[in-house]
Amino acid sequence: MTQVLVDGLMSGVLIGLGAIGVTLTYSILGFANFAHGEFISFGAYATLMIASGISALVVGSDQGIGALSISPAVIAASLLAMALTAGLALALDWILFSRLRGKSAAISVVMASFGASMAIRAALEFAFTSRPTYFSRDLEIARPIGLGLKATPDQIALITVAAALLIGVHLLLTRTQIGRAMRAVSENQALARAAGVDVDATIRAVWALGGALASAAGVMLGLLVQIRPFMGFDLLLPLFAAAILGGIGSVPGAFAGALIIGFGEAITVELAGAEWRAAVAFLILIAVLIIRPTGLAGRPT
Amino acid sequence: MSREQPLLVVENLVAGYEPGLPIVNGASIHVEAGEIVAVLGPNGAGKSTLIKAIAGLAPISGGAVTFDGRDVTRLPAHRMIRAGLAFTPQTENVFASLSVDDNLQLAAGALAKALRAGRVAATYAAFPDLARQRRLPAGRLSGGQRQMLAIARALLVAPKALMLDEPSAGLSPKLVEMVFARLADIARSGVGILLVEQNTRAALALADRAYVLVQGRRRHEGPARALANDPMIAALYLGGVEIEGAPR
Repeated sequence: MTQVLVDGLMSGVLIGLGAIGVTLTYSILGFANFAHGEFISFGAYATLMIASGISALVVGSDQGIGALSISPAVIAASLLAMALTAGLALALDWILFSRLRGKSAAISVVMASFGASMAIRAALEFAFTSRPTYFSRDLEIARPIGLGLKATPDQIALITVAAALLIGVHLLLTRTQIGRAMRAVSENQALARAAGVDVDATIRAVWALGGALASAAGVMLGLLVQIRPFMGFDLLLPLFAAAILGGIGSVPGAFAGALIIGFGEAITVELAGAEWRAAVAFLILIAVLIIRPTGLAGRPT
Repeated sequence: MSREQPLLVVENLVAGYEPGLPIVNGASIHVEAGEIVAVLGPNGAGKSTLIKAIAGLAPISGGAVTFDGRDVTRLPAHRMIRAGLAFTPQTENVFASLSVDDNLQLAAGALAKALRAGRVAATYAAFPDLARQRRLPAGRLSGGQRQMLAIARALLVAPKALMLDEPSAGLSPKLVEMVFARLADIARSGVGILLVEQNTRAALALADRAYVLVQGRRRHEGPARALANDPMIAALYLGGVEIEGAPR
């Protein structure tokens, strides 16, 4: 039973990495970006491709580090993939969303993002087939980590990395000039302009940040489970549930929402079986919309 | 840089949000350094749009804005503050979800890195009330303190001119007096001030000169005292004194 702590924390931080991008895009650009799930899948596949390139060039770079199944090639590749996925998000904004901004109703932008989601997913299926693939075929064995808990070395490493990324994002938003600009633009664009903030540059930074974090989430999901073209799309509902639960626009809220969904999923799998996992995010989402539509940290709009 | 012409010169400005439906329709005004100029007029006269268009926040379809000897017509708003022209909007003029300190740090971003800390410290020295509440979210400040934060934020970059959209909105008469006294101090330091006001009496008491805007055009211009004492103007546009025989 205590195992739900490890499983819940793992899926919680993973959902959190994706939900931050969703909530930032929503609060700054005012639409729910359905293509965010594909940033996750794209990041995983980009990492896979780059890692196989690195292992072909550098002998031994595909061996897991210590007890981990994670190889130096995957780590290096995941960093490059974060940059590539940030580039994909920027390109999508430039080609599609920036042209609709301010001219179209929010619903047309949402539909455009839905179309982009399908297009990217189809491209991934075309390039890599819909068959699942893996970063490593090494079997990992969960070991006791004290207090009756068991975790694989990969889980411990990934939870640590995800936590570090989330703390990094928090520091970025609260301590840096670009972070202040992001929060300012999400509250009031006209005032941000008057205060000297370059709103267009800030929007680009938000896309790049959201894309990079989604890519990291994709690599983690690929390492823990498998890589599939639908991996990101299937995660979309928990991402939205976490963002809405936390109060759309609030990054700490999205993170808290992600942990609640993560633990909710883990508890449900433990008590009712794995087939109920997907229902949890749905139920929590519906409950929030009925009881507290502005979310945990939400400000009334 | 030629200093023969005034600090801010607006010539025949046409501006509005819908093409072909100008709200400001050929307005010409100017502000000298250290001068306080008020723009007055009935509701819907285009006062707010005029000031927003100058600030780069409303689309301009005709005319020219020259600031400090430089053409700034259609300069993006975030570049305007770097050119030395600051603006505080009417309502929601502080970031409520950001702390007082973050509001000021954000504004400091328009300055060179080496200058930022010094200007923030100078701003706290000039506004000690804000220094005491630097950690508080700006949304929890009182109305008067919020207006002070908005002005402090605009002054942080040491602008040559400051434009304010209804700085008295929502404030008690006592607070209006306090905010306007502050504006007088700021002007004495050499900053040109352009303010749009509904509170005609207070604005005319503060300003050196005033324009009356009607239907997007300048209808009257003059020294503030002369306008304040002109019963016809008071009755027609300013909702003030009623005089016999004046058209209502």
